[in-house]
Amino acid sequence: MSIKNMTEEKNWSGQKLVSTDYMLFEAPREKHFMTGSEVLKEAVKRCTVDASVSYPITPQSEAAHLIGELWAEGYVGVYFRGENEFGVMSEVQGCSMAGARTITTTSGPGTLRAMENFPTWSGTRIPCQLVLMARGINSPLSIQPDNLEVSFLLETGCMIWYAENVQELFDMSIAAFTVAEQPDVHVPIITSVDGFFVSHTREAVMLPPDDIALRPYNPYAAPLPPIDSEMPPGRFLRDPFVMKSNYISYATHASWQWEVRSAVERSKPYARHYLNGLAHTTGDEDAEVAFVACGTAAHQAKEAQRELTKLGVKSKVVKLRTIRPFPHEELLEAVKDVKYIFVPEFNIVGWLEKEVSKSLYGKCDAKIVGRPRVAGGMSMPAEAILQEVFENTGLKKGA
Amino acid sequence: MSLKYMTPASKFKRYLPKDYVELVDYGPFGKDYSEVGVKNMGTFKELVEEHPMCSGCWMAYYIKIIFASLPNPEDTVTIGTAGCGRLAISQAAVPFIYGNYGDQNAIASGLTRAFRQRFPDRQKDVITIAGDGGMMDIGFSMTMHAWFRREKFTTIMLDNEVYGNTGGQESGMSVEGAVLKMSPKGKNFGKMPATQLAITAGCVYVVKMSPTNINKASKAIRRAIFAARKLGPTFIHAYTSCNIEYSIPTPDVFRDAKEKEKGRFAFEEYMTPEAKELFATIESKKKREVS
Repeated sequence: MSIKNMTEEKNWSGQKLVSTDYMLFEAPREKHFMTGSEVLKEAVKRCTVDASVSYPITPQSEAAHLIGELWAEGYVGVYFRGENEFGVMSEVQGCSMAGARTITTTSGPGTLRAMENFPTWSGTRIPCQLVLMARGINSPLSIQPDNLEVSFLLETGCMIWYAENVQELFDMSIAAFTVAEQPDVHVPIITSVDGFFVSHTREAVMLPPDDIALRPYNPYAAPLPPIDSEMPPGRFLRDPFVMKSNYISYATHASWQWEVRSAVERSKPYARHYLNGLAHTTGDEDAEVAFVACGTAAHQAKEAQRELTKLGVKSKVVKLRTIRPFPHEELLEAVKDVKYIFVPEFNIVGWLEKEVSKSLYGKCDAKIVGRPRVAGGMSMPAEAILQEVFENTGLKKGA
Repeated sequence: MSLKYMTPASKFKRYLPKDYVELVDYGPFGKDYSEVGVKNMGTFKELVEEHPMCSGCWMAYYIKIIFASLPNPEDTVTIGTAGCGRLAISQAAVPFIYGNYGDQNAIASGLTRAFRQRFPDRQKDVITIAGDGGMMDIGFSMTMHAWFRREKFTTIMLDNEVYGNTGGQESGMSVEGAVLKMSPKGKNFGKMPATQLAITAGCVYVVKMSPTNINKASKAIRRAIFAARKLGPTFIHAYTSCNIEYSIPTPDVFRDAKEKEKGRFAFEEYMTPEAKELFATIESKKKREVS
């Protein structure tokens, strides 16, 4: 495969180039039965991806293998295994700075090993995509589903989206490139799913045909030019701020950090369009109880919501699909009339409950309960969620 | 294409900064090495001029040699990391990436591969320039793995045998017994064998030198870049003393470099048979060698 085979109509592997709107909303879809890892391969296959760098760690390894197969089949331009996650994320940065549409995957401890890179990514405004298949972090060692590592990513300046299931992972990882590459956004994006529950679970999924693909990334529309020496020579850091101790240098650094975060906020209209909203609410409109959750926890909350309906309790589930930017308006609108908010989570620290409490502080009278929390691979049956509801509200079974 | 980009429209030229116009008119872009290059330093607009390095800094001098030796400055990207060197490298009129601590060879790996993907018919030179700490300590795994992976770019280590920028701490390249910060009783192991590691890891061209002769230094840099284009990773290990941390009086900096040249920085040059053949071909041509 070569970029020389790229035309206005077709990419290097002969796929017809289409808009993201056509890919996500208009193309006919057929039913398949796939795991999250397999569906990510299908998404990458349809995205005209220039580069991917991989490193093994459970549970994301299979997804990384499958991207490698795409490279072997001629759909992806550059692919190799790096030396460790820190090196990999730096290699991703190199590919992306050279103007390549780049994707990588990681999980758990790999995320933390690579940590220094994420604020560097956002600070350099590269629109690469990291698919995080969350598994929790050591010690003690665990490879089980747990999304504690997401809490470490919240303030890196990267966008963070959270997919509930295999279908959402497919659609989100395609939309992710498009939103991240908008010239007025242009920050990295982390597309998260819960490891194993999504990465290894086979589900029915509707896919568009594989002979179409997104148009290639245009690095020359970026707010910062790619470092490909296709530009006039300047003395690029004539007065590096690091060497100054004055107000302007401090103000410049501070304003750049604000700008990165503003760019994340500016992604909202694009994300609303391509994701059909930053939050999805299901259940009773006049609910007393709301579950605010993301990922698999939202799936379990829906199960609890159905049980509550049988018991005559009105409830709703507010599934947050973007964590950065945080959907403040959507959340407030969804919970403004409820009495109780439960935030079920697959981690011990309750990072989402903190986000929800902070967002609603002073704006909503509902009691916020950051439970149930399960971690280290424990499952979250609907009964565990119901138990928290009964213990923390006046509601009773059979009410 | 890159050369075309940098040439301003005639009517626009008068509004551009003087420094930029001088770079285009009198700089080395698109010119033959025999016109510019190290032999003619002082007669053309150099890629590095002002820099904040200390008076008498041997590293600053060597960095000027690196930039005056580039065979294709209009299509070159440099990558560095924390350390004194980047203070001058970042002020060159060549795109520079300052990544995370020690990850220069990882970024260069991604960059080089993506360049070959995006510009299959063009040669873009990628050069990492970092200190002994950046290359052999904090960046060690990425330095080594880039070489093992046979990444086609040039690695230049500016070895001042100390963490100069952070105030004089022991590095893996300090000599045994050196009393430095963080080794208050003297370093208890010797210099890491950087050039041997490079050869073992698969570099096709490896040089160790104290750059006291600018023509010889320039030749090594250009050979390293040419070999990296076609054959594989290349490595230059250059002595660039820290006159501050090692208390070398400015007038003695050159003498110190000459002394090191007789000792642990005696000139070593390794090349694979393929590299030897390549240099024979290139150097027999008198013209500027552009891919």
